[in-house]
Amino acid sequence: MAEGKLQLAMYWAASCGGCDVAVLDVNEKILDIAAAADIRLWPIAMDFKYHDVEGWQDGEIDVCLFNGAVRNSEQAYLARLLRRKSRVMVAFGACASFGGIPGLANLHDRESIFQAVYGYTASTHNPEGTRPQTRLEVPEGTLTLPDFFDDVFALHQVVPVEYFVPGCPPTPKTIMTAIEAIVTGNLPPPGSVVGASTQSVCEECQREKSEKPVVAEYHRPQEVRVDPKRCLLEQGLTCMGSATRGGCGALCPAVNMPCRGCYGPMPRSLDMGADALAAMTTILEAADEETARNKTGRLADPLGTFYRFTLPVSMLRRAPKGPAVHS
Amino acid sequence: MQTITVDPITRLEGHGKFDIFLNDEGEVENVYFQIPELRGIEKFCEGRPVEELPRITQRACGVCPGPHHMAASKACDGVYGVEPPPAGKKLRELFLNAHFLHSHIAHFYALAAPDFVVGPQADPTTRHVLGVIAKVGLEVGGQVIASRAKAQRIQAILGGKATHAVCGIPGGMSKALTSPEEVAEIRSHCRDLVEFGKFTLRLFDQVVLQNAAYVDLILNGPYTMKTYYMGLVDPQGRVTFYDGTLRVIDEDGAEFLRFDPRRYTDHIAEHVEPWSYLKFPYLKAIGWKGLVAGKDSGVYRVAPLARLNVATGMATPVAQEAYEQYFQVLGPGPVHATLANHWARVIELMYAAERCLELIEDPETTSPEVRTIPTGIVGEGVGVVEAPRGTLFHHYRTDDQGFVTRCNMLVATGNNNAAICMSIRDAAKGLIRKGVEVTEGILNQIEMAFRAYDPCFGCATHSLPGQMPMEVRILDPHRVVRQTLVR
Repeated sequence: MAEGKLQLAMYWAASCGGCDVAVLDVNEKILDIAAAADIRLWPIAMDFKYHDVEGWQDGEIDVCLFNGAVRNSEQAYLARLLRRKSRVMVAFGACASFGGIPGLANLHDRESIFQAVYGYTASTHNPEGTRPQTRLEVPEGTLTLPDFFDDVFALHQVVPVEYFVPGCPPTPKTIMTAIEAIVTGNLPPPGSVVGASTQSVCEECQREKSEKPVVAEYHRPQEVRVDPKRCLLEQGLTCMGSATRGGCGALCPAVNMPCRGCYGPMPRSLDMGADALAAMTTILEAADEETARNKTGRLADPLGTFYRFTLPVSMLRRAPKGPAVHS
Repeated sequence: MQTITVDPITRLEGHGKFDIFLNDEGEVENVYFQIPELRGIEKFCEGRPVEELPRITQRACGVCPGPHHMAASKACDGVYGVEPPPAGKKLRELFLNAHFLHSHIAHFYALAAPDFVVGPQADPTTRHVLGVIAKVGLEVGGQVIASRAKAQRIQAILGGKATHAVCGIPGGMSKALTSPEEVAEIRSHCRDLVEFGKFTLRLFDQVVLQNAAYVDLILNGPYTMKTYYMGLVDPQGRVTFYDGTLRVIDEDGAEFLRFDPRRYTDHIAEHVEPWSYLKFPYLKAIGWKGLVAGKDSGVYRVAPLARLNVATGMATPVAQEAYEQYFQVLGPGPVHATLANHWARVIELMYAAERCLELIEDPETTSPEVRTIPTGIVGEGVGVVEAPRGTLFHHYRTDDQGFVTRCNMLVATGNNNAAICMSIRDAAKGLIRKGVEVTEGILNQIEMAFRAYDPCFGCATHSLPGQMPMEVRILDPHRVVRQTLVR
């Protein structure tokens, strides 16, 4: 371990591994990262032992990049352990920052998820109603499984977090910008988003926008052929670009697909879904309130679309527990 | 009774672990391979507009999002009763084959090669991808990184992003491939990848096939298991990834089933065990008989070994030559040697590269007509593709407005769940015996049974050093730790 080198840790919780693949996608620059920092922990790429982390001094790690949401007891334990060992905790990617797509599970609870997965799904054959058990005695001994929470949490809902790197996954550019800021110590005040823009996705989208857009009605993407040059929102697709922090390079609109908000809310936003809904409705053509209400009511799945990546950190946070909720 | 807990690091956040129970004689009594993870994606897809599922369901896995995106797009076609135009299908197939290249390159060089190039009993501090590079040369390491990057780049051009692409839409693709610069770039990458595929076949030949001890390890040792095999085949019976007929053969190679994959619930069901969050698929005609092999058990296998077993050949010339050599060396088939998965994977890598080049050279692929606009709704769709780790099923039901009422996903590695448990158990029984010290080398040889499947439980095993970090504790009947092996 070189003296004075940055001590870096990366960890994954309830995540798909896409954040780790995204780090690999910086390709040969990974060698620059390795040159600037001692990577002390990175499960996808190197050996690591549980006891090693417990044995570290508190604050021994300079920066921990933590990806994935927190949805079971072991993940919560690791988040707390790594928080204690790290001077700076970074929520890396949409799941750690906002709950991400796994956060849509907050529309339901453990019981209704189990009913689907181990019950009525089309190929499941489970006449005994067997459910996975957190502790099970078998003839040979005892087997354990971690406990599955009712709720999905963003990292800062479990431990204090200094910085947020958004994206599902963060682009190589976002990752390198964030890592350079960390390595050089050129960091904004705690609580900030790093590696992304302070302006919206629209600012970096190459599509042509008009001065005063008006939308007659919203369509679902499969219903229409879009003009490859014009703004998707103006063509009636529910693009989240104006409510979403930029930094991604507007990759989805570049292939004719509306933004779904994986870089999270704009600075100082109170609720990303509300911002998106406001953006959609203010440009909706309606002669009177009733027309506006009808057209707004026909928006497909505002809950699952406008809160696609941020439900656990939204003002809604989750659906009331009990029967399944459909938006 | 003693317990050996082989504890992948990822147990900490719940991706997979196995417990080896020894009896008082020090022999293996039983092995449990547990998946301690669940996200509930099938549940929270309910209520969503079905066209959003290609963008949502792929968050099951960031290492293999491409096949999820494609299976979901095909299921959406079914829900709306639409067929994409030829260019739409060919772009999807190009995207999926590029995904196979990225995945198979990463697995072969980072995970499989250390065991063969460096050696299964070698010092673990050298038995990783850097050890491989040390043996084969730094230039090769650079080629591996560059080739994987090219495969990722093809996906990014077609899908907007390499990881979590957005191009799949009911009825086709969101964007045509008409830019001459993009076509030229993809063609150049495909040509390079074909050469890289040939290089990889030669490397496999030199390092593994020229070494009699390795061929013996593949064919014999505790790594052989007779089961049913399943995979997609094209109309000529050859391996195919994007679309085809599902063929199931028995351990003697006789055809057991041949069916339209959309009818999967007629033939496959999933059993639930209380000790794992992952279900256990089996053939319904036989039934769930537990973790046992043979014709009387409904356990089947998928992924490269199975795909080559169920097929009559490969659809591209260089891959076909390699296929013929494979069955010459390993016997007329089916091949039951689990470790042959690595060879089959390299042959598939070759096929994927050749197929990508064929597709980009095909003028139809670059037609501007890539979508069919739906005009009605069927309300149910099943999308099935081959993923690098096996057959992948997405099945959606919707209301008459296309909002999801039911979602079912049977994922590639899930098909192999029972077989992986059995292979680990058999390897442990074969290698751990009374009076034999459980060394690190023995544990690695047990782990090799597992690694051959390239299992993707939330990417737990995509560990670049080519090994799963493990801690093994051997406990006496009073649960007192007698020995700890860490690596």
